[in-house]
Amino acid sequence: MTMQYLLQLVISGLVIGSIYSAVALGFVIIYKATRVVNFAQGELLMVGAYVCYAFLVQMRVPFGAALLLTILFSMALAMLIERMILRPMIGEPIISIIMVTIGLSLVLRSAVSVVWGTDILVYTPKLFPQETITLAGVPVSLEFVWCFVLSLFLLAVFSVFFKYSKAGVAMRATAFNQQVAQSMGISVKRIFALSWVISAVVSGIGGVLIGNINGINNTLYHFGLKVFPATILGGLDSILGAALGGMIIGVLENLSDGLCNTYFDLSGVKEVAPYVILVVILMIKPYGLFGTKEIERV
Amino acid sequence: MHYCGDYRTSYEKDMEILQTPVTKAFVAAFFLFLLAWPFVVKSEFLWITMQILIAVIGAVGLNILTGFTGQISLGQGAFLGVGAYTSAYITAKMGLSFWIGVPAAGVVTALAGMIFGIPSLRLKGLYLAIATLASQFILEWIFLRWEPVTGGSFGIVVPRPSIGGFAFDTDRSYYYIVLVIAAVMVLFAANLMRTRTGRAFMAVRDHYISAEIMGINLFKYRILSFAVSSFYAGVAGALYGHSLRYVSSEQFNIGVSIVYLAMIIIGGLGSILGSIYGAVFMILLPKLLTVVTTQLGTSFPGIAELAIALEQGIFGAIIILFLIFEPDGLAHRWKMIKAYWKLYPFSY
Repeated sequence: MTMQYLLQLVISGLVIGSIYSAVALGFVIIYKATRVVNFAQGELLMVGAYVCYAFLVQMRVPFGAALLLTILFSMALAMLIERMILRPMIGEPIISIIMVTIGLSLVLRSAVSVVWGTDILVYTPKLFPQETITLAGVPVSLEFVWCFVLSLFLLAVFSVFFKYSKAGVAMRATAFNQQVAQSMGISVKRIFALSWVISAVVSGIGGVLIGNINGINNTLYHFGLKVFPATILGGLDSILGAALGGMIIGVLENLSDGLCNTYFDLSGVKEVAPYVILVVILMIKPYGLFGTKEIERV
Repeated sequence: MHYCGDYRTSYEKDMEILQTPVTKAFVAAFFLFLLAWPFVVKSEFLWITMQILIAVIGAVGLNILTGFTGQISLGQGAFLGVGAYTSAYITAKMGLSFWIGVPAAGVVTALAGMIFGIPSLRLKGLYLAIATLASQFILEWIFLRWEPVTGGSFGIVVPRPSIGGFAFDTDRSYYYIVLVIAAVMVLFAANLMRTRTGRAFMAVRDHYISAEIMGINLFKYRILSFAVSSFYAGVAGALYGHSLRYVSSEQFNIGVSIVYLAMIIIGGLGSILGSIYGAVFMILLPKLLTVVTTQLGTSFPGIAELAIALEQGIFGAIIILFLIFEPDGLAHRWKMIKAYWKLYPFSY
């Protein structure tokens, strides 16, 4: 076990973590504004990745246009989902809403398999340059760096959006109290639709990025399941928390996997480490690093 | 709902599970019908009926936890697995009898449920759902990796039960074991809900702060609910393992948890009868979809390889439609239909 190996684990963890962050960001945006727990977040990522593949490879659209079309498609899909499926569920108990998003995830998964099959597909031409550069003595592929930087950029854009733009402030107000927001002239319906649109776009871009690096297949939705450890760690309703949580989970799962592999000869720790972390956090700090605490007294 | 002419003169009468002579006769007739069922139908339908009965046990268990106590669990699939592996280990590896294996499966799973229920002291609603989701993944991982006990990816081959010289090795004889256990457990659950414990569960669900003010120990009843629910899951899992004669980790993945959750939501949360309707519906639905997609496959040849994906999509769509148009579940709809005909044509 060398220092270099450790660094390598951390860096690849950060790259995967940045994708987790993007998906977690999408999850938090929906949760914050609408209190809907979206179990189909990973599927939104998968759909984004496949749609971009369709434009880029199957229809040979140049990348910029393909990305734009993917974003437009994600927006339309999100609006459709919000209007058709989530709006009738307003006021239903949490368990029904969880179930309806699980149903949605099954439908999206099945649609992707039916349209594009189950084989691994690769983006050609590759979007990012393929060279490697040396970072602190560790060779790192340049596409990893790009992926990381772009995710950070997305996170920064949305932090600013929520803090300063009018729509962002309206969304925060809706999250805080829907009735008050409505009486201030904010259209809560429009905010709900907007949060789904933003969330789908962010996840879709995450899908395009990961598709560029690893290629895409129909198990891509697994990214959506990592959203729970990431957001619980960061605090369910915190944008910054989602960003940090994703990165930390990415690094921790990579490190624990590498360490257990070397020292205990135990493989596959990667699949379970995030959930062990999740349980520990829930036990000691249930509202995460930056989440809003709810205090109840009897 | 009570109607005019429906008088009760004692509390005992009011608390009866089956309140009218007609219902009593109907349930008795239905049980006799289930007893005669193996001699009427083909073996594949008997197999489906057996799977429904096993699912009824699991669904009633989950409904005790989620429907009656209000604790959302996304880990029922893994708890079924704990039961199945426990019984498999006891019967196949230790060589003990099925009659020890199944109760032991219930007890071990109840203990596992209590451990994973501990977060419920601090967590509720969504947070608890996520915690149980984590327990699902952690248990699944243990099933696959703890090779000395679980057999890893090879799984365990398990025997069917026997008493003395008589082996229950046909589906027909095993069906009777499952039927009796399912009937006893459903009856127990229905009775449990009439006791102090059952009412405490419902109080915790309806408003936990009020429940605590009224002297209900929240932690005790939440953990108890996890234990009872997991006991049911453990027994169902053990019976499932013995029915297949084989236990492996992919039989208890997250998909199973989702199917069980769908059972109780579609059937009706907080209703024993609803769990039964839900179990029937969710076991029959995939079989029906398979029939439909194979039929389609003969007329449109290209569709055959898409069948599994299509089935999954239709399954998801049905869950969504149900939740939008029938949010209170089948049990509620059945009640409404009965009420309609009872008062027909003067619905006042």
